[in-house]
Amino acid sequence: MIDLSLDEVRARVAPILARHEGKDGVLISLLQDVQEEFGFLEASAMQAVADDLMLPVSHLYGVASFYSQFYFEPRGKHIVKVCTGTACHIRGAPAIQARLEEQLGIKPGETTGDLKFTLETVNCVGCCALAPVVSINDRVLNRREQRKLKSWIETERSDAPEAEEVAT
Amino acid sequence: MKRLRNVAALEKLRATLEKEPKPGIEVRVCCGTGCRAAGADEVRQAFVDEIERKGLDATVTTSGCQGLCERGPLVAVESKGLFHLGVDPSDVGPIVDLTLDRGQPIDRLLHHTSEGETVPWRDDLPFYQKQERVILRNCGRIEPTDILDAIRVGAYAGLAKVLDGMSPEDVIEEVKASGLRGRGGAGFPTGRKWEGCRAQPSGPKYVICNGDEGDPGAFMDRSVLEGDPHSVIEGMIIAAYAIGDVADGFIYVRAEYPLAVANLTTALAQAEELGLLGKNILGSGLNFRISIKKGAGAFVCGESTALMYSIEGRRGMPRQTPPRSVEAGLWAQPTVLNNVKSLALVPVILSQGADGFSKIGTEGSKGTQVFALTGKVRNTGLVEVPMGITINELVYEIGGGTLDDIPCKAVQIGGPSGGCIPRSLFDTPIDFDSLQEVGAMMGSGGLVVMDETDCMVSIARYFLAFTQQESCGKCTPCRVGTYRMLEIMDRIVEGKGEPEDLDRLQELGEWIRETALCALGKSAPNPILTTIRHFRDEYEAHVVEKRCPAGVCYSPGRYRIVEEECMLCGLCQDVCEDDAVRESREHYAIDAELCIGCGKCYAVCPAEAIVIETEALEEAETEVPV
Repeated sequence: MIDLSLDEVRARVAPILARHEGKDGVLISLLQDVQEEFGFLEASAMQAVADDLMLPVSHLYGVASFYSQFYFEPRGKHIVKVCTGTACHIRGAPAIQARLEEQLGIKPGETTGDLKFTLETVNCVGCCALAPVVSINDRVLNRREQRKLKSWIETERSDAPEAEEVAT
Repeated sequence: MKRLRNVAALEKLRATLEKEPKPGIEVRVCCGTGCRAAGADEVRQAFVDEIERKGLDATVTTSGCQGLCERGPLVAVESKGLFHLGVDPSDVGPIVDLTLDRGQPIDRLLHHTSEGETVPWRDDLPFYQKQERVILRNCGRIEPTDILDAIRVGAYAGLAKVLDGMSPEDVIEEVKASGLRGRGGAGFPTGRKWEGCRAQPSGPKYVICNGDEGDPGAFMDRSVLEGDPHSVIEGMIIAAYAIGDVADGFIYVRAEYPLAVANLTTALAQAEELGLLGKNILGSGLNFRISIKKGAGAFVCGESTALMYSIEGRRGMPRQTPPRSVEAGLWAQPTVLNNVKSLALVPVILSQGADGFSKIGTEGSKGTQVFALTGKVRNTGLVEVPMGITINELVYEIGGGTLDDIPCKAVQIGGPSGGCIPRSLFDTPIDFDSLQEVGAMMGSGGLVVMDETDCMVSIARYFLAFTQQESCGKCTPCRVGTYRMLEIMDRIVEGKGEPEDLDRLQELGEWIRETALCALGKSAPNPILTTIRHFRDEYEAHVVEKRCPAGVCYSPGRYRIVEEECMLCGLCQDVCEDDAVRESREHYAIDAELCIGCGKCYAVCPAEAIVIETEALEEAETEVPV
């Protein structure tokens, strides 16, 4: 969790609120911006938004929890996504997912305790020619990089500096 | 850029652009998502560096998806029409030296037919021969972030014609005459939708572009939005003009498409700068603005009423119709919602006339459709074909057949709500009505090829698991019904199904189809119902013989220890997490009741004494000595 005072949170939320002020139907865009600012929907930031909009915070959670791309907990430094779209599915995505679950020790949607990795599944990233597809921080790995995934995870986990090669 | 005051100014600008001298040589690097993932950015940079180093008279441009994703990154040397495939940054030096400088193509990077013939020109590739690119007319041929490049090749010509003397009624008549049906899946006639909205007395009205392409394995709309955003914007402006009393338009884009959002944002800003959006468009008095709305990850938001709630900032749950969206849509105002591809077709219909468009396709389905051709097919990519082409032509001639030449078993068409069509029906023409007859649907254009190693039961379960997870939970048939169906499917793929399960699935499926609230729920049982219809024998193998013919599903009882080979080491028993390996005095055996078919014993056995039965064996199930 991040340690911020309520005032600090409000100061960071204020410009986002100002950007959307006076417009209709902006709740989702607003929450997207808040998430971009904090990395996830931080509880006190949600409260700050709710206060400003004069809505109960439960209303915000009601909307946000409907959509899969809102997160209520901090995510890892590296977001590892396995594509489970149809093309990837029939070209072996389930096996890749199982292997990553084992290597990272987490299930999709979870983050490792050291906040280094989050494992997620995605429905299609649109490069089915490379199926099965794995992406790290929204960058799709080519086949050569995919083969090096295991050693990348190990070096990244032990904080070795040369690990940046695949990730960024 | 100077604001264009009227239609004549636009046409004058186009004429000037057409006359501009072309650069000596143009190298066009495909930067669609597929090529980018394969390293197109590095290739583009390498070209820029190398050309500058050599001081050649050549420019490097990028384009949206050129279609042949399987062979990316693609590099077209435009002025010569040469097409290099699978280009690596290390290939750039030779291409610049030989092709650009001396006009010789690099043979190993060109396409070769199975007879060994070289095909240097893009349009001669078998992949492109049967295609007819109308929706994708500019994709891969223009720089998507440069409005002038788009205008040069004819963007906003349809709008110019509309504003130059056509009444809104004329526009609607023209669209109706073209026979255009919505490309989002349902195939509702676009002209009639516009007419219905125009007839509503109360304003303001809204125009929405549905770019919430959520199907797994589909990237058609994304490619259009990324590669040719102006055709969609132009289509929306024409729609706004035809409907009347429209002040605002929205493009709803899936959040997973950052490049589409970026290119659209640029395109909207440039269009506004030129006076093609905003107040008094081209001096016609039409006012229209477009904003982008990013989705937040909910498949059901592709449903029109759910999408509108999502734009309003609410939970994206569908509501019952009527009232239809054209009567009460966004903020309960009359609203027209069209798919990306439908809108991209509108400018073509207006600029070239309805007759030209309706010549392509079949009686009931006019024009072309874009498919994302994926799965076990050689040429994965984005293809556009006239309606009425057969599945055979699409898979074998354009797709180049199956990977590794394993016989093709079926295609799945129309995304998770679509259906599976078996090989025996590959002569079916692809149009709205023929597909419906065989139990599938057009959908938005996903087409997945499956071969003999794929298990249809497992595939059907995969699609159902997807829709079940994406069910919004509002109506009971979808929320509970799909869950129950998935339970049965899980049972079947685990080898615990019963013959009666097939009837249960069919009955439940029919009920959901009849009673669910929205199209997502109504079509969720489709994959199951079509596979039972066309591949009943595979289901029966699972529930009666307890085996998976393709060898995909976990099939208990499939593993057996061959006594004569066994050296009694006991490793299989050590690794089994389900205690399925029983030991008696000089004997190890696998208990079919407990075995989940994980394969760990098979992998560990040093004597290779464990076999996987491809046929069900009676004795393997009964003989469990303890």
